[in-house]
Order: sequence, then structure tokens, then C-alpha cells
Amino acid sequence: MPDKDVAPPPATPAAAPAVLERGAPPTPGGLWGALIRYQAIVVPVVGLVVAFVVGALLIRQQGVNPTYAYKTLFQSALFTRDGLNQTLQRTTPLIFTGLAVAVPLRVGLFNIGAQGQFIFGALAAAVVGYKLHSAPGIVIILVALLCGLLAGAMWASIAGFLKTSRGVHEVISTIMLNSIAVNIIDYLINNPFKEKGQAIPRTPQIAPQAFLNDMGIVPIGFPIAVILAVGTAWMLRRTTLGFQFETVGRNKAAAGYAGIKINKMILLAMALAGAFAGLAGGIETLGDIHRYESGFNANLGFDGITIALLARSNPVATIPAAFLVGALRAGASALQFDTGIQPEVVDMLLAITLLFVSLPLVAKLIFRRYAAKGSALTSGWGS
Amino acid sequence: MTASPSTPAYGEETGAKDRRAATGDRLLDIVGLSKSFGTVRANRDISLHVERGEIVALLGENGAGKSTLVKQIFGLQAPDEGTIAIKGDAAPIKDPKDAIRRGIGMEHQHFQLVPVMTVAENMILGHETTKHGQLDLEGARQLVRELSEKHGLAVDPDAEIEDLPVGTQQRVEILKALSRKVDLLILDEPTAVLTPQETDELLEVMKELAAGGTSIVFITHKLREVLAVADRVYVLRQGSVVGEVAAADTDARGLATMMVGREVVLRVDKDEPKPGADVLRVADLVVLDDRALPAVDGFTLTVRAGEIVGVAGVEGNGQRELVEAIAGMRPPKGGLITLLGEDITKANPHQTHVAGIGHIPEDRERHGLVGSYSLADNMVLNRFDEKPFANGFVRNFEAVRENGEALFKEFDVRAASVMAPAASLSGGNKQKVVVAREMSFGPKLLMAAQPTRGVDVGSIEFIHRRIVAARDEGAAVLLVSAELDEVLSLSDRIAVIHGGKVVAEMPAADADRTEIGRLMAGDH
Repeated sequence: MPDKDVAPPPATPAAAPAVLERGAPPTPGGLWGALIRYQAIVVPVVGLVVAFVVGALLIRQQGVNPTYAYKTLFQSALFTRDGLNQTLQRTTPLIFTGLAVAVPLRVGLFNIGAQGQFIFGALAAAVVGYKLHSAPGIVIILVALLCGLLAGAMWASIAGFLKTSRGVHEVISTIMLNSIAVNIIDYLINNPFKEKGQAIPRTPQIAPQAFLNDMGIVPIGFPIAVILAVGTAWMLRRTTLGFQFETVGRNKAAAGYAGIKINKMILLAMALAGAFAGLAGGIETLGDIHRYESGFNANLGFDGITIALLARSNPVATIPAAFLVGALRAGASALQFDTGIQPEVVDMLLAITLLFVSLPLVAKLIFRRYAAKGSALTSGWGS
Repeated sequence: MTASPSTPAYGEETGAKDRRAATGDRLLDIVGLSKSFGTVRANRDISLHVERGEIVALLGENGAGKSTLVKQIFGLQAPDEGTIAIKGDAAPIKDPKDAIRRGIGMEHQHFQLVPVMTVAENMILGHETTKHGQLDLEGARQLVRELSEKHGLAVDPDAEIEDLPVGTQQRVEILKALSRKVDLLILDEPTAVLTPQETDELLEVMKELAAGGTSIVFITHKLREVLAVADRVYVLRQGSVVGEVAAADTDARGLATMMVGREVVLRVDKDEPKPGADVLRVADLVVLDDRALPAVDGFTLTVRAGEIVGVAGVEGNGQRELVEAIAGMRPPKGGLITLLGEDITKANPHQTHVAGIGHIPEDRERHGLVGSYSLADNMVLNRFDEKPFANGFVRNFEAVRENGEALFKEFDVRAASVMAPAASLSGGNKQKVVVAREMSFGPKLLMAAQPTRGVDVGSIEFIHRRIVAARDEGAAVLLVSAELDEVLSLSDRIAVIHGGKVVAEMPAADADRTEIGRLMAGDH
């Protein structure tokens, strides 16, 4: 043979018989182990605590006793009848907009456009609500909510379509669509849908029989939101659609290999997100504002991003996250009334908490090698 | 066999091209170099040297350790053991900057150019010169013109990179390396992205550079290019230098034998095939690659039930595109694919799966598995919506887990449990999960692409036995592998692919390794 002086390559080291698979180190027991297992909750709580400490320094800076300020904030948001009603009133649409961001995140899409989808839904419901003024309340309510849902879904679908057909990144398109939505709606409420004889650009009030009233202190929308959040979690976990969503979100290449129609899933996820945001708008219109007027609840869609990130895109976790944001927002007005502290302090508290949640560094500092691997928010800018 | 590939120890005065070796001016001298990544020994005790003005080829299959070796020469990685001496100076190469300072230039497999900038701007990128506080673009243009003239590489300094053809972009890369006074130029698979014509041009340029005193280390797995341009060849296999030969003393056949090696042929016990009806028919298939060039170009092949047809070929000859086209992941540009008479040319991956194709993908990490999913979920990745794994819209976790546990046992997957995430498994066990999934539904055609790549010896044997078992149960098997040994030992029939078409087809019993090696190299 020609190659006798060619050194044979060294034998491949034989695989050890009992292969110990590498993976996460075994978690210790006791309190420490419990903290590690529940770090999805521990990290936001730590963030919140730090946020409140920083907030206390700022409140003191303004000459107010922080203990008093926080007491006012929470007492008015949670421990009075009106306050708790206010909190739930604010929590309800936030659960929806949280879902509108959380669901696309699971598919690897970052929906910044919940705001635009939300206001379109709110306007659609308002227009139905005053145009159908002679119909029975239940008919108006159902048609208005359906139209709100569809309006949001259609607006979000534009971003889905731009992504699947032209490869436009959804972050870019949804940001743009937010601005476009604001301006289109500005035109609509200044022209065809403007209330006659009014200086303020706004729609007429919806028919009173279509108002969504509260059941005791609980707004009707709240149980609907909770049911939808739980249902969404079930859909993601137990259904074939959820499996397809998750597969696309976790490994697009493998999803394509497995025969999952990636573009269809992207379109569906965006439409579903828009439906949630649009429904939030509809419920807000029927339950709280009773018309469309620009400037009202201007941040509900954007708060959805905060909520989805706090909840780590877990649909059920959007409920407590939305409640937290709702309570802080409800308490903020009492805080301002009582102490003169600007309600923006709440935004700062939320921002600091969010920083903690979204920085993998924080989990690493607390949990060291036990820190859960941060999942990427989106599939990246290139795709 | 002819032309011994292993001329006894290439001595200092054996130089085939004496005009170079005779100078005795040693530019690069590597002694006893080893480099490991975890348990993988990428380079083992490598010694080689390069004289001034010499073109040295590093030949080897993918994963042989060529790129790791040159990364150490260029200071991108530090060797575990051994020394690299540049012009007699054995001081460690700290980083690429240090390497450049000492006269080493490298052209990367992936160009390091900014597409929206001009040639001149790219040329000075990283060591910009200024004039009165402003970028000296006129100087840069002048530099491009001078270098172009000196080396005979025509390039317009004001053209934007993204407007240039790939071959010209590569010239810019080379000019950029040369602009830093290079004594030794490393070219890492420079022809991988070039058309044959551009390749010929590049080879000419290399010869001229060498004639001008620049030494070149040329990495490739294309035998023809080596023979056309190199003075000396080092053959790498599994991280070791397994041969050193003067190009003039060898031929494609000799190089192929050395490159593919005489590794232990894993004997696969199998009976005579009992081929049945035609299952897969591929006719005149044309498939474009990611650069929209025809990678599969007039491919025709038939696979019958109960036989294993192995596609042998050097990687990059259209195998990946062929497999993806049959699986429905890459729409063909032309031609016909039928499965049991049914036209599946335009089918999507879901449809080809339903039609009865089991597909073990080449890249299991990317396509075959979702790392964060449990083994049970991965074992139904493309059947999640079929009964009993789902009742209509709702998934049946019980059935998914039972299926996972059964396959887990049958395919001897070593993991904590079926609920463990796939990412926590070793390569061999991951592959077993994919193999289990693709075999468990009784496919009509089993398509296995590189089924044992990066898999430990025990798992290789297991997977081979299962592939033979699938054949014996009547499945048609299409095996695509860059491991010639695997193709030889598993196949009943062998088709050699080169340039996207079948250049030879033969019963495995008549196959001759060296002959196939030659055909793989495009020598036919």
C-alpha cells in the first residue's frame, strides 16, 4: 500500500460508557433552591424593591416623607373602594395590551405597535357605539367590541404582511404604524366622526345602553381579560397552533424543516396581537371613556410592552404585571393630589424595575451559575 | 497504485521547484503545534514549514483542522503546545495586528469588506491616513492604483464593493492584505465562492505573487487547484498532518487517497439488497444555492425500495441543495422529483413528509431539533398535529410522552429523561433523537444527509445498523455523506456527484476507492 508511512490518525477517544449529559447544574434545596426555581418572580420583586428605594430618595428630595407618599399611593390604589375600582379599571386594558406584546414575543416578534392597534380599536368601537344608537345595548356592545377587535387586527396585520412579503422588521414597521395611526385618527375625529358643534376633536358619546358597567367594584372587562389571558396560556401550551408558534419563535429553521408554515404563523401572531390590542381599545371605550377623544389613555399600548417584559411573555403573568402597573397608575393621581408629587414618578419606578428584569446581568449577579438563560427577545434584526 | 503520495520525508533539497526551495529562506516554521477545544483535538502535533516564494497547499476535508491551524498563524488563536516561528522569530503571535506587523496577511473565507464603501475606502479601513485632519482619499486611490499595477490585479478604486462581482471583491481583499507589506499570504478556501473562470484567474494571480517573492499558504479541498498551483502539499486529517508531498510528485488519485485516508472502515453487516419498485425518481433537477447559482445542475438518479444509494462527493458540489430540494425546503428551478409516481417537485416540507419521506438533515442543531424543547416534543417535531399526538386542535401530551419513551428505549438515547431539553444532550444522542423520529413513522424514502457527522463511534455503528434495518424493511434509502468510508460501507449503489450532477454510478461491489476519489475531484 502506498501510504504505509502515513501516520494513522490517533484513535478517537472512546465515548465514556455512562455518558453524563451536560446541562444545568443540579439545583440546591432549601430556601436558596426555592429562590432559584422562582427567579422569574424573584428578579422583578428585587427590581421593584430597588426601584422603591431609589424612588424614596427622589421623593425625599422634593420634601415629602417617602413612607407617607408610598402609603398614600397604595392606600388609595388598593384599600379604598373607589381606588380598587380605579385600579381594576386600569388593569383591564393593560392585560390585553400586555398579551398583544407577549404573544408575538413567543413567536419571536417584538410588537411595538400595540398603541396604534389599541387606538384603532378604541375609535372603531366608539364609532359603532354612537352610530348604532337606537339598537339594543347588547347588540351595540357585541358589534362594537368585534369591530374594535377587527380594527386592531387589521392594523397589526399590515406589519405582519410587510414582514412576510417584504422582510420589513416588525419593530420598524410597528413604530411607523403607531405614528400613522395617530394621524389618521386625528383626521377622522376632526372630520367624518367629529361631534357637531364641539371645539374639541372627539366623537359623539356612545349610546348609554352600550356602556359597560361595573359589577360591584369589578369592571365587566376584567373577568374577560383574565379568561383570555388564561386561555392564551392554554393555547400556547396545549394546542397545535401554540406548538407551531413556539417552534417558530425558538428555531425558525427547524420550524421550516418540520413543515410549519412560518409566514402563516407570523401573520397569525400579529393579527392575534392586534385583536387583543383592539379589544382593549373597545373595552376602554365602552367601559370608561364612552367616546373617542385623543389624548385619553395615551400610554396603554406602550404599557403593554412593560407588562409583557415584566411577565416574561407568560400570558398568565401578564395579569399580576398589569395589576401592578394599574395600581401604580391609579395611585399616582392620589399621590399628586395629596403631596404634589408628579405622577411621572410611577414611570420611573416601572422603568427601574424593568431594567432589572431585562438585564440578564442582574439574574447572574444574584443567582451566579444558576441564573436562567435569558431568552432572546426577537429573532434578531436581520430576519 | 501509482504515484506514492508519501514521498519519504520531504527534505530540504528534494524541492521539485528548486528555484524556491533552493533559497533556503524559511519564512514560516511550525514545530509540534497542538490545539484542543474541550475534548476535540483540532490540531495534533503539526509541524510544517514554508519557504520564501513558495505556494504551500493545506489539503483536507472539512473539520480536518486546516482553519484552526491558520488562525493560530494569524494570531486569532493561541496554540496549546508547539511554536510558530516567522522568519526565525519564534515569539508568540499575540494577535492579528502582531501577525500583520510581522509580515503575515490573511484573506478570510468570508470577506471583511464594507459593501457600501468604495475600494479605496476599504483599502485604508483600519489604518486610515489623514491629510490636514481629513481622510486622505486621494492617497488611498493612489495606493490602489500602485498595488493594482504592481501585482497585475486590475481594480477600479472608486467602485463600490457591493457593485463588484465576487471575484473582484476577492481581489480587493488580496490587495488589502498586500498593502501591508506581506511576506506570507494565507488564503482560506479562496475559491469556495468563485466561478471556475474566476478561480483560474485567481490561480494565475497566486503564481505571479509567488514569482514576486510572496509565500502563499493555500487552504482548499479541491485537488485540481492544488495540482495547478501548489509547490508542496500538506494533507491534514483529523487534526494531524498525514502526508507531505511535492505537487509535482503526485496526482489527483494520490492526493484523494491521502485526504480521505484509510480510517477504520466500520464494517456493516448487511445482506444482499432486494431492490423493489422505484421509489424516488429525480430527473434533470436544477436547484439554486443561496447565491442563486445552480448548485444542482441536471441531476438524475433513481432510488428503489430496499436499496441504499450513496451519493459520494466533495462537499459543496450540490449535495445540500439536492437534499433540501427533495425534502421540499428549497424549491427547484427545474426538473422533476417523483415519489412512488407522485410528483413532489413543488411540494413543501409538510407535504413531502406526508408523502413518506423521512429526512435526517445535515445540520441537526439548526434544522433537526429545537434545543429548548424536550426530547419527547422533538420526537414529534414534524408530526405534532397527527393522531395520536393531537386530537384536532389539542395536543395529547400523554401520547407524545409515551412515543418519546418508546423511541428513547428503542434508539438507546442516553439522557436523564424524555422531558430533558434536547440541548442538554451530546451530539450522538441528539442525532439518535433525529434518526428515531425520522425512522419511526415507516418512511417510504429515508434521506440521510451526513447522518454520522460529529457523532461518537458507538452511535455511528448504531445509526448505520438502523439505516440498514430500514432498508431491509423495504424503505428506499438515499445516503448523502462527505465520508467516503460511510458511503462505501453502507451503500448498495453509489452515485458520484460533482458540479451538481451525477458523474458516475456503480454498484457498491464494483466501487474502487481511488477511482471514486478521482471522480469526486472532478477528474472524469
